[in-house]
Amino acid sequence: MDTPVSQDVTRKTLESVVIRFAGDSGDGMQLAGTQFTQTSAVAGNDLATFPDFPAEIRAPAGTLFGVSGFQLHFASKEILTPGDEPDVLVAMNPAALKVNLSDVPSGGFIIINSGAFSKANLKKAGYESNPLEDGSLDAYRVLSIDISRLATASVEHTGLGAKSALRTKNVWTLGLLYWLFDRDRGPTTEWLKQKFAKKPELAEANIAALNAGHAYGETAELPVGVELYKVPKAKLPPGTYRNIEGNQALAWGIAAAAKLAKTPVMFGSYPITPASSVLHAIAKLKHFGVTTFQAEDEIAAVCSAIGASWAGAIGVTSTSGPGMALKGEAIGLAIMIELPLVILDVQRAGPSTGMPTKTEQADLFQALYGRNSDAPLCVLAPQSPGDCFAMAIEAVRIATKYMTPVIVLSDGYIANGAEPWAVPSFADLPEIKVEFHTDPEGFHPYLRDPETLARVWPIPGTPGLEHRVGGLEKNFDSGHISYDPDNHHKMTQVRAGKILGIANDIPEQTVELGQEGGKLAMVSWGSTFGAVNEAVRQARSQGKDVSHIHLRYMWPMPRNLEALLKTYDKVVVPELNNGQLAHVLRGEYLIPAQSLPKVAGKPFRVGELLRAIDDALEGKESN
Amino acid sequence: MAPLDPPAAKKLTKKDFTSDQEVRWCPGCGDYAILAAIQRTLPELGVSREKSLFISGIGCSSRFPYYMDTYGFHTIHGRAPSFATGVKLVNPELDVWLITGDGDGLSIGGNHLLHVLRRNVNVQVMMFNNRIYGLTKGQYSPTSLVGLKSPSSPMGSIDAPVNPMAFALGANARFVARGIDTMIKPLTGLFKEAHAHKGTSFIEILQNCPVFNDGTWTHVTAKDVSSDMQLWVEHGQPLLFGKDKKKGLVISGGDAKVVTVGEDGVTEADVTVHDETNLGLAFTLAHLLPPAFPMVFGVVYRNPGPAYDESVVAQVAEAVEKNGEGDIDALLRSGHTWSVE
Repeated sequence: MDTPVSQDVTRKTLESVVIRFAGDSGDGMQLAGTQFTQTSAVAGNDLATFPDFPAEIRAPAGTLFGVSGFQLHFASKEILTPGDEPDVLVAMNPAALKVNLSDVPSGGFIIINSGAFSKANLKKAGYESNPLEDGSLDAYRVLSIDISRLATASVEHTGLGAKSALRTKNVWTLGLLYWLFDRDRGPTTEWLKQKFAKKPELAEANIAALNAGHAYGETAELPVGVELYKVPKAKLPPGTYRNIEGNQALAWGIAAAAKLAKTPVMFGSYPITPASSVLHAIAKLKHFGVTTFQAEDEIAAVCSAIGASWAGAIGVTSTSGPGMALKGEAIGLAIMIELPLVILDVQRAGPSTGMPTKTEQADLFQALYGRNSDAPLCVLAPQSPGDCFAMAIEAVRIATKYMTPVIVLSDGYIANGAEPWAVPSFADLPEIKVEFHTDPEGFHPYLRDPETLARVWPIPGTPGLEHRVGGLEKNFDSGHISYDPDNHHKMTQVRAGKILGIANDIPEQTVELGQEGGKLAMVSWGSTFGAVNEAVRQARSQGKDVSHIHLRYMWPMPRNLEALLKTYDKVVVPELNNGQLAHVLRGEYLIPAQSLPKVAGKPFRVGELLRAIDDALEGKESN
Repeated sequence: MAPLDPPAAKKLTKKDFTSDQEVRWCPGCGDYAILAAIQRTLPELGVSREKSLFISGIGCSSRFPYYMDTYGFHTIHGRAPSFATGVKLVNPELDVWLITGDGDGLSIGGNHLLHVLRRNVNVQVMMFNNRIYGLTKGQYSPTSLVGLKSPSSPMGSIDAPVNPMAFALGANARFVARGIDTMIKPLTGLFKEAHAHKGTSFIEILQNCPVFNDGTWTHVTAKDVSSDMQLWVEHGQPLLFGKDKKKGLVISGGDAKVVTVGEDGVTEADVTVHDETNLGLAFTLAHLLPPAFPMVFGVVYRNPGPAYDESVVAQVAEAVEKNGEGDIDALLRSGHTWSVE
């Protein structure tokens, strides 16, 4: 063993580190992960996180399906993903080790709570022999500590009960990691004081555990190969930063849009994983002119939002795939009566109930086509947690300007994932102009702006504009019910044309990395931005002719996209579904776009994308 | 957001509330009478056209908004309560009439009806009950009687029917009434009472479909039986009915008994007095069915409570008072932030 460490230690400088915290869902791994994240942000690192937790609220302790994980990537360089493989795995029990070990590369660093490796727990995890003793971890650098005992002992003086004392093991571990990676305990200490302001004895115990873990690192002998590390500050553009999660950003974006539009928002929603936290976040923002309504079901939620839009508010609803399916008919009505409506779809793995806590991008078809008859609308897809803020505002802008429903396709990955976000100033946000029609002269409800084709927005309460709207087809010239065949054809074209016209009001498609033309374009959309961008960057640094094109506007698509895609020899579309965008691009542009599907409930790894780029350049089908 | 005030208070008439659209119900449909009743009621209520809203689902009755020269929204099947709730949360000053039928309101929309009633959103719900699906051509509805033969029940319906009034009471509705399509005067009275009630008011209107279920209420509405089969309740008055108001109900412990005043020593004092705030009594009355009992009409239950829409708006006002008008810059910088130089 190495000599004991002391305060004036030398630390090995690393450019980036990926840590995965894993334990029982009751072990406080999400808390440890978010605290390490906050602390690393203060230390000036760029970072990205990915929580991965089971659907069960309190899964039976020690089981494989009860394992909760939180992966954090922090670096002194710009990073866009939470990392492919953990450099460091924290395994709080045998199940956590079993579930996560295959992701740890050979030579990886594993911190194990040996105190949880009882016979019973080993059996629950399906281990026939103890991996701490049978040599199966020889390929790794293992720091095995009885964290359960040490954490309990560290809070003994506080008089905490045995159960509560054991709960401090996550904070104890955090203290150890803070020592190993040279992090300041200050932010977490402050956070604990605030969190337990009403129970100072708990604050005291947790701070004691944090310090004890740190002290253990300072004095303990570390096994061969385990060193002390530091990850210097990243070079980020100057400004005020915060960590932001996608769902929080959606909620804040909607609140900002209400202010920008000087129009109240009515947010009707029904709880569903992984979208519920949008409702939670926005329910706290009533003083921003946002009314929230927890409806009795998904249908009532969207219908209440449409009713609100009719009455002159911005109707917004949030949901996930199964809820989208239920909302379909009502969204069709909003298309027919041409009212603004924003639908936030935080996608999850399906079909049906699928894997509610796992991510997927498989609602693209549903967003584009999932309604009866010809029912076009606008579809947007944010590319990162922070981009959810901008896209929520953009959705409200388009919905109110074009009198149309707009679907925002987020997903479980960016909903719960966090990144440092340069906080914008309200004054720099785009203006949203909302005007209600008030002039009775020559009025009918389907009067249109000749340029945008948007109909007027006359709201109940306005004298002289009394009128009836509904799902029945309307006459183009009067707004009255019409069964006229030519009129229906015309109205169908007008509804489609209005949406296509939005293409003139959104940015042209740019090339994220690389150039127009070349051997290969990787075309991604939504939350896969980070992984695809990183893969293309690495491939280009190896001299490969590959460019990255990333879509945030799914419908209508940017007006130059077809011409741009046709400048490449080959187009590969990586997406977390079974080939939906590839299908759309083939159908729209008659290009032989090649699909790179991944439907595993998990985001892309940079490594697998790099291999796909190689395969594509070598002319192989990659799947 | 505040709706504009009407230019000048002009006395409106029935004609002002009649739209230019040709009414397209079948000849003899009970809906005509209900339409006439509401068009007659609105001018008497002194409401403005621009603040009056008619919101419907899908079905014959749900065409109603097209014939009213007010704001109207013909929504989707069964969901009118949800649209109406959204409207009221944005602007509680708007006066919303919700038009539904037994299929729209109790079958596909049963869930939403339950929730609008228990939340007590300040709207008037008019449910036209003809015990049949009209618009889809005559299938049995959730209020159809067992045994009804229809295109979808050629051997007779085996579905036990739901009692709309009991459903409403079970959902904690705070205003529950019943009327009859062709009895325009009492119906007008019920509309006024419903309008005056703050919170959801629920009116079941027995309505005749002359094409697919003609005469479904004749055993209650026909001239020769009406006095014996209709009991019009009034708060504080004994539950009397019959030609000379000699028949009465004695209700005790959830059991109802028909008595005749002047027979077997029964006096008017023995007859139960209607108390519209008594939920147990309302339940018993709601379940009375011919021929053993008369059906009850009028305001069976009325027990006002806080209107949902007003409570929601009050919470928003409270949040503004407590936190001040929301500041986006402060929000985005709340919690943990750091600076990069």
